[in-house]
Amino acid sequence: MTAQKNKVSILKQMQKKKHCYLFLAPFFILFVVFTVIPVLMAMGLSFTFYNVFETPQFVGLKNYIQMFFYDDLFTKAFANTLTMALFIGPIGYLISLIVAWSINELSPALRTVLVVLFYAPSISGNAYMIWTLMFSGDAYGYLNAWMMNLNIINEPIQWLTDTQYMMICVIIVSLWMSLGTGFLSFVAALQGVDRSLYESAAIDGVHNRWQELWHVTLPSMKPQLLFGAVLSITSAFSVGDVCINLCGNPSTDYAVHTLVNHMQDYGNTRYEMGYACAISTFLFLLMIGANSLVNKLLKKVGD
Amino acid sequence: MKVMKVFANQSRYARSNFGGIVNFLVLTLFAAVVALPMVFTVSSAFKPLEELFVFPPSLFVKNPTLNNFAGISSILRESWVPMGRYLINSVFITLLGVIGQVIFASLAAYVLAKEVFPGSKLLNKVIVLSLMFNGTVTSIPTYIIMSKLGVVNSHWALILPACASSLGLFLMKQFIEQMVHTTILEAARVDGASELRIFFQIVMPMCKPAWLTLIILSFQALWSNMGGLYIYDDELKTLPYALQNIISGGTIARSGVSSAVALLLIIPPLITFILSQSNILETMGSSGIKE
Repeated sequence: MTAQKNKVSILKQMQKKKHCYLFLAPFFILFVVFTVIPVLMAMGLSFTFYNVFETPQFVGLKNYIQMFFYDDLFTKAFANTLTMALFIGPIGYLISLIVAWSINELSPALRTVLVVLFYAPSISGNAYMIWTLMFSGDAYGYLNAWMMNLNIINEPIQWLTDTQYMMICVIIVSLWMSLGTGFLSFVAALQGVDRSLYESAAIDGVHNRWQELWHVTLPSMKPQLLFGAVLSITSAFSVGDVCINLCGNPSTDYAVHTLVNHMQDYGNTRYEMGYACAISTFLFLLMIGANSLVNKLLKKVGD
Repeated sequence: MKVMKVFANQSRYARSNFGGIVNFLVLTLFAAVVALPMVFTVSSAFKPLEELFVFPPSLFVKNPTLNNFAGISSILRESWVPMGRYLINSVFITLLGVIGQVIFASLAAYVLAKEVFPGSKLLNKVIVLSLMFNGTVTSIPTYIIMSKLGVVNSHWALILPACASSLGLFLMKQFIEQMVHTTILEAARVDGASELRIFFQIVMPMCKPAWLTLIILSFQALWSNMGGLYIYDDELKTLPYALQNIISGGTIARSGVSSAVALLLIIPPLITFILSQSNILETMGSSGIKE
């Protein structure tokens, strides 16, 4: 009886708020089609063999067993992805925060110039391809030319095909582009910190800038810290195009082959959609896991 | 106690000269590293052929020329598809995608920020969750869906997902939550204004910084979209795709032309960002994720 009543009252509420659903519809229909369904589909298809042309066949955990125990390239891609994420994520995040903090008290004009300068690489799209000229393997590559000219090296280094240097090149280019939306969020948050908080903190015995940063500034920009963390974790785990565009596909010895590359290799080249979806599900869980872990850590800021 | 007034608006503590200098040096170093490739791009774009071959490469151009920009179209002529075609494609997907994103995301953001209705809590959570992964992860199932819908190999494959970017919705929602007061909306309702009218005549004018931000962010994303997995016909591809082809042609002789294309690609999003950066920073002020 009460359940039925509840149902009726929910329906009535929905009726009353009809305009809400109308306003939501255009966005959420597309959102469901291009975000929600793909996530569910990836999970579902990861338990199947599917080549797009025939109906999917249920194969249980076979894809996952293959992935974790027999696919050496997956292991390599996973290790590469973790290495990149561990460097690009935290370092990119810290650079964003440090730069935002150190430009915060400059004069507004100078601050604007620097914000534009630091933010520019992240909106350059695939213009980061100009780094291929920097790292070019012949003597005309800028880096090689300078180092040879300064007698640091005698012959050109194959930056983008020598397995020793490829990873560091990808990380450098990714870091170069890492001051994006999160960085802007930090800049804005620092500008918005309530000045009176500093004065009361000074009375409460905060003596230097470091204490001030930890006890006043960071806690009051916690929401932006979380937002920035989410964005940098997400992008740190999805490095893929940079590797292909800098080092080729496949890269020498798969030295910068990432999970995204591996997934697209199976999905878009071999049409083994089931397996590709298993990789995609794994990557999805990895990102969500890293995000919730970091969120827990960030909640401790200022405690 | 002597207080240093090195910086614009504060000095609560005696700040050591040392700290200020370290700060300045670190910042200069960072700025130089970030700027270096960009300076190179600009100078290479204007270098004549013989200067591209100077060893070691010089940071600045001595005799600037526009030959590299002229070279773009002659290289693309060899590849069947004229430059203009790529440009039109990029402009088309960018324009429709930006309009769709701003209108759809703002409509949804408004009710998510200001109304409580069955399902509103769930949707708010779903949006935050969706910030934690991106379209790259789901590109395989998305591709399958697009091929079922018949939009693969058409511009819609790039436009439609861009309209439903959750980052835009999130930023808009946070802004409306903090900047638009419910009392104003109530007053308008008492006066008998329709919801659509409230949205267009009250909410949107108050949220100019937020929708400018949405315009800029979706513009940046769409403008740099290569078409990648979803588009395979050359004449449907976009400007960044042309850039990729020219650069991966990769010889030093082409580095001038490559830089010219890179420059042309960066300039539109950069200028729009510079013009609207104060609005964007205002929007970002409310961007945080509340626990």
